[in-house]
Amino acid sequence: MTNGDRGNGIVMGFTLSAIFWLIVGLLVGLWLAAEMVFPALNFAPWLAFGRLRVVHTNGLTYGFAVAGIFACSFYMLEKLTRAPLAFPALARLQLWLFNIAIALAALSLFAGMNTSKEYAELEWPLDIVVVVLWVMFAVNVMGTLIRRREKQMYISLWFLIACVVTVAVVYILNNLEVPVNLTKSYSAYAGVNDANVQWWFGHNAVGAVFTFPILAMFYYFLPRSTGLPIYSHRLSIIAFWSLVFGYLWTGAHHLMFTPLPEWIQTVGLAFSIFLIAPSWGSVVNGYYTLSGNWDKMKSNYLTKFFVFGITFYGLQTVQGPTQALRTLTSYFHYTEWVIGHVHMGTMGWVTMIISASMYFMTAKIAGREVHSEKLANLHFWLILLGQLLFTVTLWIAGIVQGAMWKAVNPDGSLMYSFLDGVAAMYPFWEIRLFAGFLYFAGIAVFAYNLLMTARPRPLAT
Amino acid sequence: MDASRIYERPILFAIAAVAVVSVGTLVTTFIPLFMPSTQPVSPLVKPYTAIEVEGRDIYIREGCNNCHTQTVRPLRTEVARYGDYSKPEESAYDRPFLWGSRRTGPDLARIGGKYPDAWHYRHTPNPQSMFSQSNMPPYAWLAETKLDTSYTLRKVKVLGYGYDDAEVARQLSAFRRTVTGPEYASAQIRSQVTPAALRGEVTELDALVAYLQKVGRDLKEAQRAAAGPATAQAAEERNPYAGNRAAAEEGEKIFEGNCKVCHGEKGAGGFGPKLATTKHKFGGTDADLFTTVSGGRPGGMPSFLQKLGKDRIWKVITYIRVLEREGGK
Ligand code: HEM
Ligand code: HEM
Repeated sequence: MTNGDRGNGIVMGFTLSAIFWLIVGLLVGLWLAAEMVFPALNFAPWLAFGRLRVVHTNGLTYGFAVAGIFACSFYMLEKLTRAPLAFPALARLQLWLFNIAIALAALSLFAGMNTSKEYAELEWPLDIVVVVLWVMFAVNVMGTLIRRREKQMYISLWFLIACVVTVAVVYILNNLEVPVNLTKSYSAYAGVNDANVQWWFGHNAVGAVFTFPILAMFYYFLPRSTGLPIYSHRLSIIAFWSLVFGYLWTGAHHLMFTPLPEWIQTVGLAFSIFLIAPSWGSVVNGYYTLSGNWDKMKSNYLTKFFVFGITFYGLQTVQGPTQALRTLTSYFHYTEWVIGHVHMGTMGWVTMIISASMYFMTAKIAGREVHSEKLANLHFWLILLGQLLFTVTLWIAGIVQGAMWKAVNPDGSLMYSFLDGVAAMYPFWEIRLFAGFLYFAGIAVFAYNLLMTARPRPLAT
Repeated sequence: MDASRIYERPILFAIAAVAVVSVGTLVTTFIPLFMPSTQPVSPLVKPYTAIEVEGRDIYIREGCNNCHTQTVRPLRTEVARYGDYSKPEESAYDRPFLWGSRRTGPDLARIGGKYPDAWHYRHTPNPQSMFSQSNMPPYAWLAETKLDTSYTLRKVKVLGYGYDDAEVARQLSAFRRTVTGPEYASAQIRSQVTPAALRGEVTELDALVAYLQKVGRDLKEAQRAAAGPATAQAAEERNPYAGNRAAAEEGEKIFEGNCKVCHGEKGAGGFGPKLATTKHKFGGTDADLFTTVSGGRPGGMPSFLQKLGKDRIWKVITYIRVLEREGGK
C-alpha cells in the first residue's frame, strides 16, 4: 500500500454502509408515502406514520448522508493532504460503532423512543454514542490534517472542518436533556427557548450535513472527474466564510409567526436572504469551472451529476430564503410545499453529489472503470425524473392546500373545512408515491452498478 | 501574520470556524435564553397534571407532532379556523415544545375542551369511522394498553411541577376513579373501545385524551370567564330564512359536513345532544340557537361563527327546525 490510500478499506466500508442505509431509508419513505394514501397500512404501532417518519428522516440523514460524508471525507483527506489517515484503527472502530449505532437508532425510533425534536429525536444514550462517533471522526480529520504533506489546505478541507465543528456545537447544545430513565428524557429548555434552540439546530443540521460536506465533495470531485481546475479560489474564500457565518443566524425562519419574539424572526429572515449570495458563490464557481468545456457533460458521465446537483442546490437556496418571507411563509408554512423543498435538496442535490462521488471513489479504489456507464446514465435519469415529479407535484399541492386553508366567503367565514383540504391532496399524494418508486428504481440501479464496480477481482488464471 | 496563513494551519482554522459560528449562535440563541420575552409565565396557565404528563409522553412517543402543529399563528384565517393565536406563556411548561412543523392534520393548540372526551375515544382508535376522508393512523392499540405509571413520579420531579409524592398518587387515583366510574360522561364509548380486562384500569388512551383536553384549555377558559356568559349576537334576533325550503336544504349539507359527526344522523344525538327535538339544552329560540352554534358552549360544543359565518349558521338553524318537526313525529 502506498501513502494516501491507507484508508481505502474504510472508505469502501462507509460507502457500502451508506448504500445500505439509503435503501432502508427509502423503503421506509415509500411506506410513509403509501400510508398517506392508504391509512390502513398503519397496522402496527412500530409502523405507524408518526414513528416511521422519524425512522425515514434519521435513517437518511444520519445513516445515509453521514456515512457518505465519512466515506468521502476519509478519501478526500488522504488525497488532499498526501498523507495516510492518521489513525486507521480508530476509523475502523468508528465504522463498526457507526453501523451498530444506526441500527440501534432505527430500532429505538421504531419502538417510539424519541425526544420529538426534529432530526434530534434520538434518546440520550444514543446522543452520547453520536458524540463519541463524532469525536472519533474529528480526531482523524484533525490528526491527518496536522500530518499533511501538502502546504495549503484545499477548499474542500475548509468545508470539512466547518462541518466537524458546526455539527459538534449544534448537536450537543440542542440535545441537552435530563434523563428520566434509559429510554426517556426531557429537554433542558422549555417552551419558546426550546423551539428556538431546536430550529437553530435544525437549520444548521441542514447546513452542516446537507450543505458544507456536500460542497466539499463538489469542490473536490468535480475538478477531479473533469480534470478542470475550480474557477476561482478567491470567490470560494468569500463564499466559504460568509456562508459559515450566515447559517447560524437563520433558524428562526422555521418559526415565523409563532410565539418566538419577533426580532429573532426578523433577524432570521434577513440572514436567510443574505445566504443567497454565498450559496450562489459556489453555484457560479461550479458553472464557470465548466465554461468553455461544456462538452464534458457528454464526454464524462459524472459531470452531469455535479452540474444538476449544484443547479438544484442553487434553486434550493433561492427557494429557501423566498419561503422565509413573511407573506410566503404565511401561505406555505406547514403545507406540502415544504416537503417539496426538502426533497429537491435531498434527492436533487445531496444524493446526486454523493452518488457521483461514490462512483468516482469506488472506481479508483477498485482500480477499474465503473461497471457500466449506461447504467450510471439510467440511474441519473431515473433519480432526476423521480425527483422532479416528486417536488413539482408537491409544490402544486402546496399551492392548492395553502389556497384552501386561506379561502374565505364574502362574509369572512372559511370556505373549506380542514378535511376538504385533506381530500384534495389524495391525487397529489398518489403521484408522489409513484415518483418515489421511480426514484427508488434509480437508486437500485446505482446500488447494483456500484457493487459490480467494487466486487473483488476474479483471481487471474 | 498574513491572513492567508490560516489555510495552512488546521487548528487555527478550526478555532476561527468556531468563532465564526458562535456569533450568530450567541445573538439569536444564547442571549435570548435569558430574556424575559422567551420565558413569560402567566398565572392563567397551569402545569400539566401527572396524568397529562403521561398523556403528553404518549403523544411524543407516537410522533403526533409529525402531523399536527400546536401553534396558531396570528393570521386571520388561522384564528378563524382554530381559535385565538398562541401566546408564548402557553408553552411555559413544555419540555420539549411541541409546536410542530407540518399540518397533515389540523392544528391542535386549541383542541382542549373543544369536543367532549367521547369524541376522542371514538376518533383516536378509528378516525375513518368518523371521517372517511381522513388519513390519520387508527391508534387502536392505545386503548388496549394499560398505562405504565412506574416512572410518573420521576417524570414530574424532573419537570419540576412541584407536586409531592402524595399529590402524584392522589392525582393518579382520582383520575382512575373518574374515567372508570359509571358516572363518567363518556363511559359508554370508552367501554366500547377498551377491552373488558382494562376497563377498570387507566389505559394509554385515557391519558392521551386527558392531555388533549388540556392543550390550550387554560387560556380558553380564562377568556371565556372574562367574556361572561356566551353572548354571540346576530344582527337579527330572528332567523331570516325561517321556513325557507331552499335554505333548509343547504343547511342540511352544512349539517352533514360539520354537525352530524357529533349530533348524529338527522340530529338523532351522539356525543352531542339530540337535536331532533324541541327541547334544546341551551334554549330553543332563534337567538339561543344562534348563540350556541356561533359561540359554542362549555362541555364540547365548538364555536362555528368564524368557520361558517352568520349566513350559513342561520341556514343550519333552518334545517334544525325541520329536524325538530320530524323528531317530534
Ligand atoms: C423514495 C424516495 C422518498 C420518498 C418516497 C420519501 C417520502 C417522504 C415522506 C412521505 C415524507 C413525509 C412527508 C410529510 O410529512 O408530508 C418525507 C419526509 C422527509 N424526507 Fe423523504 N422520501 C424520499 C427520499 C428522501 C431522501 C433521499 C431524503 C434525504 C436524504 C429524505 C429526507 C426527508 C426529510 C428530511 C423529511 C422531513 C421533511 C420535513 O420535516 O419537513 N427523503 N419523505
Ligand atoms: C440558503 C439556504 C436555505 C434556506 C434559507 C432555506 C430555508 C428554509 C425554510 C424557510 C424552511 C422552512 C419552511 C417552512 O417550514 O415553512 C426550510 C425547510 C427545510 N429545508 Fe431549507 N433552506 C435552504 C437550503 C436548504 C438545503 C440546501 C437543504 C438540503 C437538503 C434544505 C433542507 C430543508 C429541510 C430538510 C427543511 C424542512 C425542515 C422541517 O420542517 O423539518 N434547505 N428551509
